[in-house]
Amino acid sequence: MSATREPITRFEGPAVAIARDNIDTDQIIPARFLKTTTRAGLGANLFADWRRDAEGTPRAGFILNRPEAAGARVLVAGWNFGCGSSREHAPWALVDFGFRAILAGSFADIFRQNALKNGLLPIALPADIHGPLVAHVAIRPGAVVGVDLVRRTVRLPDGREAAFEVDAFARECLLAGVDEIGYVLAQEAAIARFEAMR
Amino acid sequence: MRTIIDKIWDAHVVSAPPGAPSLLYIDLHLVHEVTSPQAFDGLRARKIRVRRPDRTVATVDHSIPTTPRHLPIADAVAARQVAQLEANCREFGIPCAGRGQPDQGIVHVIGPERGLTQPGLTIVCGDSHTATHGAFGALAFGIGTSEVEMVLASQCLLQHRPKTLRITVAGRLGPGVSAKDLALAIIATIGVGGGTGHVIEYAGGAVRALSMEQRMTLCNMSIEAGARAGLVEPDDTTFEYLAGRPAAPAGEAWDAAVRRWRALATDDGARFDRQVALDGAALSPMITFGTNPGMAIPIDAVVPAPSSAAAPADRQALERALDYMGLEAGRPLLGTPVDVVFIGSCTNGRTSDLRDAAAIFRGRRVAAGVRAMVVPGSALVKREAEAEGLDQVFLAAGAEWREPGCSMCIAMNGDQLRPGQRAVSTSNRNFEGRQGPGGRTFLASPATAAAAAVTGAVSDPRRLS
Ligand code: SF4
Repeated sequence: MSATREPITRFEGPAVAIARDNIDTDQIIPARFLKTTTRAGLGANLFADWRRDAEGTPRAGFILNRPEAAGARVLVAGWNFGCGSSREHAPWALVDFGFRAILAGSFADIFRQNALKNGLLPIALPADIHGPLVAHVAIRPGAVVGVDLVRRTVRLPDGREAAFEVDAFARECLLAGVDEIGYVLAQEAAIARFEAMR
Repeated sequence: MRTIIDKIWDAHVVSAPPGAPSLLYIDLHLVHEVTSPQAFDGLRARKIRVRRPDRTVATVDHSIPTTPRHLPIADAVAARQVAQLEANCREFGIPCAGRGQPDQGIVHVIGPERGLTQPGLTIVCGDSHTATHGAFGALAFGIGTSEVEMVLASQCLLQHRPKTLRITVAGRLGPGVSAKDLALAIIATIGVGGGTGHVIEYAGGAVRALSMEQRMTLCNMSIEAGARAGLVEPDDTTFEYLAGRPAAPAGEAWDAAVRRWRALATDDGARFDRQVALDGAALSPMITFGTNPGMAIPIDAVVPAPSSAAAPADRQALERALDYMGLEAGRPLLGTPVDVVFIGSCTNGRTSDLRDAAAIFRGRRVAAGVRAMVVPGSALVKREAEAEGLDQVFLAAGAEWREPGCSMCIAMNGDQLRPGQRAVSTSNRNFEGRQGPGGRTFLASPATAAAAAVTGAVSDPRRLS
């Protein structure tokens, strides 16, 4: 497997929390921003309708409008993050905004796949770690969280470490910077054999 | 002993290296304008072609206006996106049903109506409602744009074998209770994340008795329960629907296909990872009151009180939803005034759905102050409905009869709610802002939507038919 992307191993950065379950991709990036034909610039409209009211005025209370959100790298959220539409614009917007990992109770299937393909780590934490973390970061936005993909651990703001599980193949690809499409294209002979057999 | 899900999976594994996802062969790839441009750019950057343009079919549906087709697309950004798809299809040799073409329509409506969607196939599309095609006993699921690129490039996907969930619905749905009501009842039962990681097989007498259109409605909503795919094993209802469709096999090939298709059924004693059972006869028409499809209640029930939720997070979610929707806990939804009614989408935009709606509209008028939009799911649905005179029923009632597309289901084409407006919609998502920023969506069946249009309020369609 050849490396074609920036490998991801470990990083740390400020975290912010949106303490809600079932955050759907229509919230992450509303449909009216899907008319673009590129991946670029979607971060400006990340959570557009939670960030701005109908007149376009920023909602002061929303976390991404607060100074502590500047430079945020980690988003902490509730259960079933990324449900709904399959739009890959959701991870594109999160990455463009600056996020590199989402720490949640669980993820919707399509979002998890889409995130991994864009170097955005969807990290599902066990309930006993997740609940207190959401509560902590909600009160202290900007608290620093570390992610170590090599050791499969996160370092919580209080310094403790917690292990997480991640798909072994996706992890290898991220660590080595492998392009999955290139990996599949290299199996052309097997694909052609399969087609000839049917 | 294998489930239908295992059988389709096993027949499509190109390779299954240990410790890595399987390489799964894709029989049919459906493409639309919103989730494909970046994938085609990827192919150009790699300097490669679409591997199997003959297994790829494109159409425009999401961002096109539903106004008369001779008018240009007023939104320049949408116009560029549509032109981009058409140019990509020309460049890569993919058939594309463009705007104004006789075979254009919502991607999940045109696959089945052309006979492209067949039992036993693997079908993907950059769209989460690809589950619709599971109605034919196909393994069909939504993918992201990177995966669209992978399938265009290789006709394959990297996938882990999904877990299996069988939902058995016994009995028969009562009069006035449709597949949409069943879908909402299932999601309310297992939750919007209840099917995560699973493919659902819908089984039982109530499912067997559904028409193909109704099975499509049911499978369509699988993703709203978190399941990427949902399917129904093929039977005579399936074969009857498929026979004679343009892309369906014919002659001897048809007989051989039917034999193959019958063998797909789940073996007796096959094991599912999870099973859920429901009584179809106990169901009423359903409607959502909140901001996800799991927040659904029988139409004559009262809005649940947040205090009734056990977990604090659920309590907060309910409070937030009621606040957004402008509803009061403990009050009936019946009688809640509505501003807009939307009938259409890949969930309920087929001819039989329009018939259900027309049965309520016939001889009645849309209530004063209500805007009722009927949007056929495809150009073929539009022709069929017009041949039956359904368009005249809608127009006589004072409803709008529009051109095919996704329209107000996703509200990216100009068809949308204004902030605070209430809509009863036959589509599939009631997320905040889904039908326009600040808009409030109540999901329901075509009959319930039509009943709201003619009464101006949330109403039980059984009292009108
Ligand atoms: S009708 Fe709605 S749900 Fe269906 S494909 Fe179009 S936008 Fe998606």
